[in-house]
Amino acid sequence: MNKKLVGVLIAVVLVAAGFMFLRPKQELPTAPSAETAVDLKVGFVYVGPVGDGGWTYMHDAGRLEMEKAFPGMETFFVESVPEGPDSVRVMETFIQNGAKLVFATSFGYMDFVQDVAAKNPDVVFMHCSGYKTAANVGNYFGRMYQARYLSGLVAGKMSKSNIIGYVAANPIPEVIRGINAFTLGAQKTNPKVKVKVVWLFSWFDPAKEKEATLALIDAGADVIAMHADSGAAPQTAEEAGVYVVGYNNDMSRYAPTKHLTAPVWNWGMVYKHIAGQVIEGTWKSSNIWWGLKEKFVGLAPISSEVPEETVTLVNSETENIISGKGDVFTGPIMNQKGEVVVQTGEKMSDGDMLGMNWFVMGVEGEIPK
Amino acid sequence: MDFLVPILAAAVRSGTPILYATLGEILTERSGVLNLGIEGLMLMGALSGFIVTHATGNPWIGVIAAFLVGIAIAVIHAFLCVTVGANQVVSGLAITMFGTGASSLLGRGMIGETVVGFSRIPVPYLSKIPVLGTILFNHDPLVYLSYGLVAFLTWFIFYTRPGLNLRAVGESPKVVDAMGLSASKLRYFYTLVGGGLASVGGAYMSLAYTKMWGNGMTAGRGWIAVALVIFAIWHPARAVLGAYLFGGVGAMQLRIQAAGTSFPAPLLMMMPYFLTIIVLVVISIQKGRGILLGSPGSLGVPYSREERG
Repeated sequence: MNKKLVGVLIAVVLVAAGFMFLRPKQELPTAPSAETAVDLKVGFVYVGPVGDGGWTYMHDAGRLEMEKAFPGMETFFVESVPEGPDSVRVMETFIQNGAKLVFATSFGYMDFVQDVAAKNPDVVFMHCSGYKTAANVGNYFGRMYQARYLSGLVAGKMSKSNIIGYVAANPIPEVIRGINAFTLGAQKTNPKVKVKVVWLFSWFDPAKEKEATLALIDAGADVIAMHADSGAAPQTAEEAGVYVVGYNNDMSRYAPTKHLTAPVWNWGMVYKHIAGQVIEGTWKSSNIWWGLKEKFVGLAPISSEVPEETVTLVNSETENIISGKGDVFTGPIMNQKGEVVVQTGEKMSDGDMLGMNWFVMGVEGEIPK
Repeated sequence: MDFLVPILAAAVRSGTPILYATLGEILTERSGVLNLGIEGLMLMGALSGFIVTHATGNPWIGVIAAFLVGIAIAVIHAFLCVTVGANQVVSGLAITMFGTGASSLLGRGMIGETVVGFSRIPVPYLSKIPVLGTILFNHDPLVYLSYGLVAFLTWFIFYTRPGLNLRAVGESPKVVDAMGLSASKLRYFYTLVGGGLASVGGAYMSLAYTKMWGNGMTAGRGWIAVALVIFAIWHPARAVLGAYLFGGVGAMQLRIQAAGTSFPAPLLMMMPYFLTIIVLVVISIQKGRGILLGSPGSLGVPYSREERG
């Protein structure tokens, strides 16, 4: 027997087995049950694995919440879908299986959503964090910067060294906007505070997140804030005995004694809202960019170590933002060089916010070009 | 000094998982088998170590479990490469894909869990040495274990009879067979041990470095280990240098940012890879002159006793 041939065969089988594992898990719909209350099938395109513990994990929590709210509704998802032509195939599979509503949960799907939507006018598409719409395509995203600002109020109050460290994933407007909003919040409770930024150039690398946290603590930070996908920064802060502000979800399980609060997403509410409209037939294409008011974003419970006056301030600022009296980016706002970017009393436009590529005064760090 | 000492301590800390994997791969490659499955092995090690520690509460049992899981997966690679003589590159890549996929599938329930892993234990007396004490002797037990492992493997490979056999089978399995030893058995043994060590490197990530599990948490460190073997020219002591260099550069660029200077971080992160390319060039030129620097002569070449080579 030709040993080499056998070897090659086995190797091929093993590679195939590897691909089977790698292939994203697909949950396809089963036959609808008799007591179906809601007749809607919903497909989700996820950019990462559900197990990332961050972005996709929170979207999936939202999907489950929506599913629970509408008995009889069927949902299916495909995870780790590359932001390329593959996403078209995934969305078309959803539609073949009867989906009338499709959520594409990452920016890079934008143009592919447009393509598929043009061919399927009877299906509603919702694209997360994009800006292109069509008669049957809407957008949705959250004003996370509002919750960031609130968490900054807490962090600024709790800093004694007046240095806050910020572990940041990638230099894109979403992250920059968060850093700026956080800094403005921190400055309100502590005018002397500086926010030091360290870029990871990666969304998920727990070891690197830990190392960046330690670097910031060594540089004098006594509060850590973060915009990355794992709980490594809170865990490290807890070990080092330094306060921390989490992200995505309540991260106090990683830092039981040092977790101050966390700006959190609530995708479930927006998914329920959109699905409800589609079921009632009232859905219209729009750009949903909701914030604290709609409870799309919010704060995790605030630590008992935070003084009562700060909690009161957080509550009154929340009221201010919700009532529209004062949004986070209301002038005067200066950039790092001290130039006034937003004039006194002026409110920054949504477009300017979405393209933000500069730091406010008080941030120490650079935006790589 | 105040700036440098934390960087060097971080270099040791972040170099350790890569060091374990590199030492394992050195053993495997010294026996003539190339294993590109390190990344997958590390992920499976990180997951299995985490699961077992989560269940038992004892990180040492977790590390042992990770070692055994690494061995179990390396058996597949050894069978393919040694017994049936399959293409080692293809098999290794399959192991990486398998490990990446399987760990993310099996790890679903572990997302967001934490364990009591290894904590820092300063070595009595030694940690009090100025500068060096903080850099080398203020870590967790797995770091100290890696020091011992480097010393042991250096002695074993270059100063013992079994070490000589290991080098011989990587150089020329035919000669080893003629000596009355089984080339296949030797290659099996070192592929398994190498896989186990890579897996322990992964467990370091989930039990000591951070105490959590996340999909793909090794983030390419397995591939760095494969490159480091070349950088180290198949020598355990030079692997230490390489692993700490890779780790140190990563830690340094973060600290440079925290210090507020504007040195371009990507340039710094590129350096170790650049050095690896230089080493590759040097090895290739030296080989042309007939001087072997430690690169096993039969690396990647399947051996079958019946076939005439």
